[in-house]
Amino acid sequence: MDGINSLIEGFATALTPINLLYAFLGVLLGTAIGVLPGIGPAMTIALLLPLTYTLEPTQAFIMFAGIYYGGMYGGSTTSILLNTPGESASVITAIEGNLMAKKGRGAAALATAAIGSFIAGTIGTLGLALLAPVIVDLAVQMGAPDYFAVMVLAFVAVTTVLGSSKIRGFASLGIGLLIGTIGIDPTSGQQRLTLGIPELADGIDVVVVAVGLFAVGEALWVAAHLRRSSLDIVHVDGARMTRDDWRRSWKPWLRGTAIGFPFGAIPAGGAEIPTFLSYATEKKLAKNPEDFGKGAIEGVAGPEATNNASAAGGLVPLLTLGIPTTATAAVMLGAFQGYGMQPGPRLLDTQPELVWGLIASLFIGNAILLGLNLPLATVWARLLRIPRPYLYAGILFFASIGAYAANNSTFDLWLLLIIGVLGFFMRRYGLPIVPAIIGIILGPVAEEQMRRALQISDGELSGLYNTAFSQIVYVIIALLLVGPPIARLVRNRRGGKGTGSGPDAGHDALAGAHAHANAEGV
Amino acid sequence: MTPANGSTGPAAPEVPPDRATGGVAGPAGPGGSDRLPDSTRDASAKKDYSEYGVAVLLLALGIWAIVDAVGLADASTARGPIGPKTVPIAVGLLLVTMAILLVIDVARGGRGEQEGGEDVDLSHGSDWRTIGLLAGAFAANALLIERVGWPLSGAILFFGTTYALGSRSYIRNVIISVIMSVGTWYLFYAGLGIKLPAGLLKGIL
Repeated sequence: MDGINSLIEGFATALTPINLLYAFLGVLLGTAIGVLPGIGPAMTIALLLPLTYTLEPTQAFIMFAGIYYGGMYGGSTTSILLNTPGESASVITAIEGNLMAKKGRGAAALATAAIGSFIAGTIGTLGLALLAPVIVDLAVQMGAPDYFAVMVLAFVAVTTVLGSSKIRGFASLGIGLLIGTIGIDPTSGQQRLTLGIPELADGIDVVVVAVGLFAVGEALWVAAHLRRSSLDIVHVDGARMTRDDWRRSWKPWLRGTAIGFPFGAIPAGGAEIPTFLSYATEKKLAKNPEDFGKGAIEGVAGPEATNNASAAGGLVPLLTLGIPTTATAAVMLGAFQGYGMQPGPRLLDTQPELVWGLIASLFIGNAILLGLNLPLATVWARLLRIPRPYLYAGILFFASIGAYAANNSTFDLWLLLIIGVLGFFMRRYGLPIVPAIIGIILGPVAEEQMRRALQISDGELSGLYNTAFSQIVYVIIALLLVGPPIARLVRNRRGGKGTGSGPDAGHDALAGAHAHANAEGV
Repeated sequence: MTPANGSTGPAAPEVPPDRATGGVAGPAGPGGSDRLPDSTRDASAKKDYSEYGVAVLLLALGIWAIVDAVGLADASTARGPIGPKTVPIAVGLLLVTMAILLVIDVARGGRGEQEGGEDVDLSHGSDWRTIGLLAGAFAANALLIERVGWPLSGAILFFGTTYALGSRSYIRNVIISVIMSVGTWYLFYAGLGIKLPAGLLKGIL
């Protein structure tokens, strides 16, 4: 097995003492930052990017692997203990998790989340290791039109799947594509949308964009609406997982993994839909479904495993095709570009040490995460009590360091403020952030593929859709665009019976997921 | 579990009553909550226009992209209809289209869904004083970082933010701010080899 051998070599890279240290640091920082309210995995990575500026790429990505899972788990802790999750992937976890915590079973909820994350992350990473070489074999046969089609699919998918308003989603995508266009056109060497400002000729640094939209935008938004009343943080105490908890958890962990990984791996992703699916599945299969809505452990174990498996699955399109499907993956792609690398099928050939070291570190990071979280859950919970002025001061403070250190330029600080204000208004008017960030980072790559496709076809527009693969993808895109409205029409004709997914908890969950869709991965 | 915006209809068909009355059950304006649509009619009438502001911004960005693209020269090496202009024009058209659709959506009662979160309380409107103070602290750092150095400008940023967010333990905040800025300066200098400007404190640190 190709993947297994490469993976063993990856472990050889990752298991050196210094690289282990970076993995450990990544997990520790990722969890600590990710636990902080309002900071999700994408912002965690964006804020911690400057720490890796001077590292070798391999070490930097080993650290990212730790930050990735650490930030993810930190977000779940926050949502279980606070109930108002900052990212859509944790919305479902929060429902039953917070109810459990309120019943004095917070430790068990955190434990089933931690162990479920570990199992799902491990299986998911194994899936990544096995699937990546296969996809790469297929991907090397993909031509420019195929890539362009898949990228259009990614744009359409993140825009239509997330959030409740497609118009606002596409508006956000347009803003992202516009920002991505700023700079010198690589083919003709002409400046586009630079307003004659020399600093803009190289385009806007991805760190500035990510930190601006996520960190500064979020800080401004929260500051404008800061909760005056104190938050209801549930104490972490009470019994750990009982034998009964284990019995009720292990199947949801595995089912959640099975649901989450494929959803993450297709470039249409996000964790919102699979976590909801997992919740609905567990509710349907539970022996005592009446527990749901009162703190059912299955409702934490399943969605949480799904969330992590989908995060692992999301690395498949990122590493093999260079296509991010979540904000977190987009920021990772930006980090790759920062090192002058373009993830894609050739990355595994040109940088095998880095890619397999990264994958091996995901396993290691996952194990470290489990070891850290079971004993340290109460310490993380204490981080939730950090006074908000210090929390948001810290976010702006580190955002400024990150933006300044990227190019040692105050211009980037002003740009950061402008993009932060943009992020504020996007939150205010319900424009989701994720399409924008994907547009910024993926837009230029998509343009390059499109122009390459047309160069091959000697300018014939058919060069964009003259392969079977690209045609299939365009059909999928068309279905994504016209499918939901038609389904709604059909449903209305049947008398508007709704989705029929049963009583309120499920409905609330979906509504909540939509309400928080903007925050996905923030 | 959904914060205050539970009743915010994402699209027109879900808020038909508003179309009839011309009123809005949108997110809360200052001094109101969206759970009490009747009491916020005045505030939300103003909201209408600010929703249109988003469309104006999209339109402006779209036109900018198209105008900028029209001024580009066609690349001599490119074949066929696709050149450096294509993507900016396509993006511009996308933005203009969305601006038009957004106007229609807002006119039919659609409202942007404000983002919730752990620390977000949507029952009151935006606190512009806090935002202004924050932006001021941020701008102070941008203006000062190369003149007086990060250890001072960063401390001003941190202290200014805590002040803006309502912390009034001045002495403690000054101490924390200075520890943060000097600490990060050393961390980045010694630990990561990134030289943040030392400014006035050059030679002392």
